[in-house]
Amino acid sequence: MHNKTLSELSTALKAGEFSSTELTQSYLDRIAEFDPQINAYITVSEEHALAAAKAADEQIAAGSAGPLTGIPLAQKDIFCTQGVKTSCGSKMLDNFISPYNATVIEHFNEAGTVMLGKTNMDEFAMGSSNETSFYGAVKNPWNTEKVPGGSSGGSAAAVAARLAPASTGTDTGGSIRQPASLCGITGLKPTYGRVSRYGMIAFASSLDQAGPMTRTAEDAALMLNCMAGFDARDSTSVQREVPDYTANLTDSLEGLTIGLPKEYFGEGLDAGVGKAVEEAINEYKKLGATVKEISLPNTHLAVPTYYVVAPAECSSNLSRFDGVRFGYRCDDPVDLEDLYKRSRGEGFGSEVKRRIMIGAYALSAGYYDAYYIKAQQLRRLISDDFKRAFEEVDVIMGPTAPEPAFGLGEKSDDPITMYLSDIYTISTNLAGLPGMSVPAGFVNDMPVGLQIIGNYFDESRLLNVAHRYQQVTDWHQRAPAQFK
Amino acid sequence: MEWEVVIGLEIHAQLATKSKIFSGASTAYGAEPNTQACTVDLGLPGVLPVLNGEAVQMAIKFGLATNSAVAKRSIFARKNYFYPDLPKGYQISQMDLPIVGEGALDIRLEDGTVKTVGITRAHLEEDAGKSLHEDFQGMTGIDLNRAGTPLLEIVSEPDMRSAKEAVAYMKKIHSIVTYIDICDGNMQEGSFRCDANVSVRPKGQEALGTRSELKNLNSFRFVERAINLEVERQIEVIEDGGKVVQETRLYDADKHETRSMRSKEEANDYRYFPDPDLLPVEIDQETIEAVRATLPELPDAKQKRFISEYGLSDYDAEALTSSRQMADYFEAVVKASGGEAKLSANWVSGDLTGSLNKDSISIAESPVSAEMLGGMIKRIADNTISGKIAKQVFDAMWQGDGDADSVIESKGLKQVTDSGAIEKIVDEIIAANPGQVEQYRSGKEKVFGFFVGQVMKASQGKANPAQVNQMLKDKLKG
Repeated sequence: MHNKTLSELSTALKAGEFSSTELTQSYLDRIAEFDPQINAYITVSEEHALAAAKAADEQIAAGSAGPLTGIPLAQKDIFCTQGVKTSCGSKMLDNFISPYNATVIEHFNEAGTVMLGKTNMDEFAMGSSNETSFYGAVKNPWNTEKVPGGSSGGSAAAVAARLAPASTGTDTGGSIRQPASLCGITGLKPTYGRVSRYGMIAFASSLDQAGPMTRTAEDAALMLNCMAGFDARDSTSVQREVPDYTANLTDSLEGLTIGLPKEYFGEGLDAGVGKAVEEAINEYKKLGATVKEISLPNTHLAVPTYYVVAPAECSSNLSRFDGVRFGYRCDDPVDLEDLYKRSRGEGFGSEVKRRIMIGAYALSAGYYDAYYIKAQQLRRLISDDFKRAFEEVDVIMGPTAPEPAFGLGEKSDDPITMYLSDIYTISTNLAGLPGMSVPAGFVNDMPVGLQIIGNYFDESRLLNVAHRYQQVTDWHQRAPAQFK
Repeated sequence: MEWEVVIGLEIHAQLATKSKIFSGASTAYGAEPNTQACTVDLGLPGVLPVLNGEAVQMAIKFGLATNSAVAKRSIFARKNYFYPDLPKGYQISQMDLPIVGEGALDIRLEDGTVKTVGITRAHLEEDAGKSLHEDFQGMTGIDLNRAGTPLLEIVSEPDMRSAKEAVAYMKKIHSIVTYIDICDGNMQEGSFRCDANVSVRPKGQEALGTRSELKNLNSFRFVERAINLEVERQIEVIEDGGKVVQETRLYDADKHETRSMRSKEEANDYRYFPDPDLLPVEIDQETIEAVRATLPELPDAKQKRFISEYGLSDYDAEALTSSRQMADYFEAVVKASGGEAKLSANWVSGDLTGSLNKDSISIAESPVSAEMLGGMIKRIADNTISGKIAKQVFDAMWQGDGDADSVIESKGLKQVTDSGAIEKIVDEIIAANPGQVEQYRSGKEKVFGFFVGQVMKASQGKANPAQVNQMLKDKLKG
């Protein structure tokens, strides 16, 4: 049961091979058995899940089931879920039960899916290793001494360890793609504005985007069908028709032009990862694609630009966590200032505080032009690089992350090295482009991801390109031995 | 040393939208605390603002009404600071690109001259909630009903040179925003309030003095008093050899003093930056023209029309156009009176305004409707009653005794124009006062008033005064 993809599960549920209740219970059992080893879940919502499964079974029996009815999913703990704790991986929200559902959650509820629980993540999505979570680090199912990546590390690990058939993630600088790469699953960050951000706790508003984390590209298409769409409650969501993302999965890749940015294959790239990507490109050539070397000359500016823009926005976004209306409040504040200082000082972890301070500094009088305004200008240059590239090529390919999963604790004391984990993913967030990571091999028994970047709203093509590759490879079907 | 006062105002007009500027919650005043604050107003994790189009329309309307530039593209920015009644830890406002740019408007000074005051800008922003410091045993209560209420902040140039000018400007803005129906203008409920930037400099000096900002002045009277008080204080400080420091000061109406809230050094760094949750506001010419088409006649235009159409004086025309309700009322009175513009003007700005002020009610609440007042004026014009009797009729209508005709009827106030009846009274009075007749005839014409008074008294005020005058003159000649 737990090795089936979403489309296989959907068929089996409708054929009555098993019920959603049985399927859900089987996942809940697996979570109880295996999750203590990897810590992928912050909250397991057993009662909610079984109630939703029962409702789904009734819908299936009534013949009114949709493609995702009765399918259990894990939701990143960044999405507000009515009645189920939404912590965002922080002590600050350890006591927070949202009175409303995020738009993405609403969509999944309407589709009849079953929420198994909320997955672990870096605190407020700030991290690349899932070690900044208040609820402890998530372990990589392929090797529990290694990190799963972040910030959607719990979502990636849950799917890799077969503790959920699919999950949701959010990606601000690589937080879907990098953990997908490190855990050997498929992850898609859609175009900025494609999926509503309403109810998704904001890290950096101009970069955040939710997307699916699945085993296959086909599953990602099914998930995106449910997630995408305009939302009147999110002014930055785009009013644009949502295509059926499963419709073009099997289109031929004959004539596809793939751009390989030379900047993505230089210093800092692990040789094994480089080789795996090269082999993946060879598969594409066999599928009829042509390859062109391109240049994204401002790539080296992406990390510094990102680490001004994202902290600046987060320093303001996280101001609402002040101990006044919800979330953590310090004991016995002596006055208002003490309430603010201790509630925030005690409620936030050190990475979050670091970014708030960087951001507040970048926005402060006298520094704003040199940092924030400059970063906005560089952001434009980075977008322009892609614009030029997409005049020549259909998709851009390269590694998702510079290396496979690193050891737990290996980089936690060195933020700069940690930030470089996202060096290949950050540019697409700054440009607002869609990007995917698909499993493309192993280095020292750890998974490696191939990144595919598309033009704006070209998710269908990305999914098609990924799916065709998955038809001729089996990397995405591999499972870590102890969780098979 | 002669000092010159320099004043600029920042007026906050609460826009009369049905819902808040970034959420669907109601803006109605006076609800139970926190019953009109939705998830967005509470700043819950994950919520996002969505701009209320009505607020944008209203801002455009203001821009057009004050001949100000309406920005084709404006941007919302976050003003970051911590305060318990500011739920998100930032206020959504506008900084670099406000929706309304430079403009100007004319104010009339006491001596009748007209002065032009520059408008620097007007921008949209959300209001904060309220902190309630009483009734919570050493703690503070927070009411977020007001959080997210749309405000238009209208910033003037430092063009005003006295508290009176500042008040005249503020009244002008008040009249415009209520005319164009974007603000209810209710100052008691805080819908219209201002901060005043005040400084002084030696007369003739070009450079501005150091200013202080007086916060939250919510009546015309307080604006005038607070500014005068602050001007006195600043002059005193300088004349005593001190220096005015840049600071924010609070006016305490009860104690009649201003006191320091915070100095420039203590001021927050608000770390403004464009709000990434909101798109730039793009306004095309078509939208501007559509809004322009909804503009009513504005105070200045109405004033000009009242002068030309009704033959009113500048003074009357200004008084009668000070609010749209007043002007509408006046025009309805003129209509009901059969075109008696001058009499209507006198009655509306005289007895009616006096009675409204005495009972502290607005013109909308007047017990005497425009139709009733017009009906009464019609009876003055057709000589049914005299102007003097009309005051009695008006008072009776004010008390709720019905319209003019029924008051005249029931109280028997109809003017006596029967010359026989008047002659009888005149004869009696002349006969009864031989001494005064003697005086008059010997050239002491002042006594004439005595006779008029006696005749009117004897007729209980009902005799037609013109007839009385004529008849007395004839008869006293002897």
